[in-house]
Amino acid sequence: MLPHDPLKRILYIDLSRRSFEVRERPELFDESLGGSGVGIRLLEEECPVNADPLGPENPIIFTVGPLVGLYPLASKTVAMFKSPHTGNLGESHAGGRSAVSIRMAGYGAVVIRGASVMPVYLVIDEDGVRFRDASALWGTRSSYTTGSVLRVREGGSGTRSIMRIGRAGERLVSYACVITETYRHFGRLGLGAVFGSKQLKALVIEGKRTLPVADRRAFRQTYDAIYKAAVDSPLMQKYHELGTPINVLPLDAIGALPTRNLQSGRFEGAEAISGESLAANYLGRRVACAHCPVACIHLAALRIPYPNDPYFYKTLMLGYDHEPIFAAGSMLGLDSVPGMLQVMDEIEMQGLDVMSTGVTLAWATEALARGLINEADTDGVTLAFGDAAGYIEAVQRITTQPTDFYRALARGVEHAATIYGGRSFALAFGGNEMPGYHTGPACHVGWSVGARHSHLDNAGYSLDQNALKKGQTLTPEFIGETLLNEERWRQVLTSLVLCLFARGIYDRETVLGALAAAGFAWDAEDLERLGAETLRRKIAFKQREGFDFGALRIPQRIIETPSPGGPFDEAFVREAIECYSNLL
Amino acid sequence: MAKRLSVIDVDRCVGCQMCMFACTRRTGYAGLENACIHVRSAGGIRKGFTVIVCRACSDPPCARVCPTEALTPREGGGVRFKPNLCIGCYNCVEACPFGAALWDETNHKPQICVYCGYCADYCPYDVIKLEEISG
Repeated sequence: MLPHDPLKRILYIDLSRRSFEVRERPELFDESLGGSGVGIRLLEEECPVNADPLGPENPIIFTVGPLVGLYPLASKTVAMFKSPHTGNLGESHAGGRSAVSIRMAGYGAVVIRGASVMPVYLVIDEDGVRFRDASALWGTRSSYTTGSVLRVREGGSGTRSIMRIGRAGERLVSYACVITETYRHFGRLGLGAVFGSKQLKALVIEGKRTLPVADRRAFRQTYDAIYKAAVDSPLMQKYHELGTPINVLPLDAIGALPTRNLQSGRFEGAEAISGESLAANYLGRRVACAHCPVACIHLAALRIPYPNDPYFYKTLMLGYDHEPIFAAGSMLGLDSVPGMLQVMDEIEMQGLDVMSTGVTLAWATEALARGLINEADTDGVTLAFGDAAGYIEAVQRITTQPTDFYRALARGVEHAATIYGGRSFALAFGGNEMPGYHTGPACHVGWSVGARHSHLDNAGYSLDQNALKKGQTLTPEFIGETLLNEERWRQVLTSLVLCLFARGIYDRETVLGALAAAGFAWDAEDLERLGAETLRRKIAFKQREGFDFGALRIPQRIIETPSPGGPFDEAFVREAIECYSNLL
Repeated sequence: MAKRLSVIDVDRCVGCQMCMFACTRRTGYAGLENACIHVRSAGGIRKGFTVIVCRACSDPPCARVCPTEALTPREGGGVRFKPNLCIGCYNCVEACPFGAALWDETNHKPQICVYCGYCADYCPYDVIKLEEISG
């Protein structure tokens, strides 16, 4: 690391004492770069064994990396914590301006300890932390309001990040998210509830500085090569034009689009909710994370008339991606775009993870139809595939929790099905609700074994699809080994906090060149070591907290509903899981 | 003919801030502080973005309020900035109605556009362009 690089500075904040200190720890970043690599090491230090995820002992750790502020697409912040959703490793990534703001404020990591006795928000800049009263913001109905208030109340417009929670986080819904810059999220695994448990409503991080480089000429050359690759690459063009919803129609065509709680892999409404249809009829604006030329964030403009008031309209600007479309669209049988977008909007207002919410409601819909629950449980709300109004009512109740049933739903589908039954169609893996792919066995193995139980851990869905294209038959050994290699390499990318969409641009050689110009003399072996070690540390943390590959639950629904990868059984999935864990 | 940076179509701006990073890179550094161009949301990202550039006024108010002639009018429009003469009084920042005299917190001096167009080379969506000043 270069002598004047502020990456080594870690900001430690204690919410219980309302104090902070900055410690310089260059060795952490010299050895593990940042992001996931540094994050898991800080989590090992900060999180006691068997910590209560909603207790003051659970830390919140944000990390960035050396390439942030230097190169395009190094745009993610990694959050590490113990997850209140799975009771195990919590790791969540978000873009927006979060990474650039933390780096520009002069930190490589922010560690938040303890809990506040009253609602607060924090304002962080290079001088440290200001603790501000958030009691008036606590309980506001919409998460948008918090953003609007802080935007005006605090300075630094353009060079700041505003991370905030909605009421779902305050009410400790175990899959509440943290929203940043309105349209990006620290989703999955419940970081929002950890914020809520600490009475931490928001963080505003602001900064503007220069960063040193090892060699100005080499830096500019490396920069230009990466920039050119990013703007010329067809992959990037795909993310800019239609965005991730470009996947909806191809997945439906092969029968891999989870529909109505994965009772089917095909959705008759796929055309309506496809990326093509949304772009043609609703796309209102595309926006980018800081320092990313791609601009993959797609905002739909939805004009809604007031039913009894002629000439009154409201216009929503709502972010959409493949996963929200799957979770609030096909999974709930919603083929009306206005209905789907309004469900997403309610989820945003509450501050919930959209994927977990959609999958949980899809299970609840089927549980109601099968008589496992009744309308007293649902507080009179009718849950029916295709009925957006009922889902909007239910989303609100996941936050307000008027019945035992909603209290159960507020802890996710794994928990709810343990109480009410219907586990065979409760689509969670390692306690985390499934993503929007039913491509074959590898996708399900992937998020079973993945350290975050996320489709982004190792991209099993891509393995299925490639095998399908090439007419290959997947073996458990091949799946286990390929997923492990991919997940190890992804630890390197997420330690550098590169956007995973840029994984094709940042190959090993490019990464090493970029690091060299940033003052990190690394070689290919160093990268391999970091990838393997980071994953090993993450799995060790999980095992310390009780995770067991052998105890993973495989929902029968994924076996019963045909996938394009052909039939497979539970034994096959378990064998692949075993191959992965044996190779670790 | 003198040139200036023009905002061609702010509605095409995606808020990536590639221009701000380019302007800082021009000075040999990474990061944002040396940027003479600023992009921020127009009151929340849903409303789009505001791109703040020096429009190279023919009678620049920033130069009029400079007490040390660190900022002087440039022939054809805009200003030239001599940091050595600047005492960091902040008058120029307050005089520019666009907020295009940006502030360098480290050196306590303004950041003034040099009309080089390096930023425009990194705008992927043709929001900004270096143009000759006409009329």
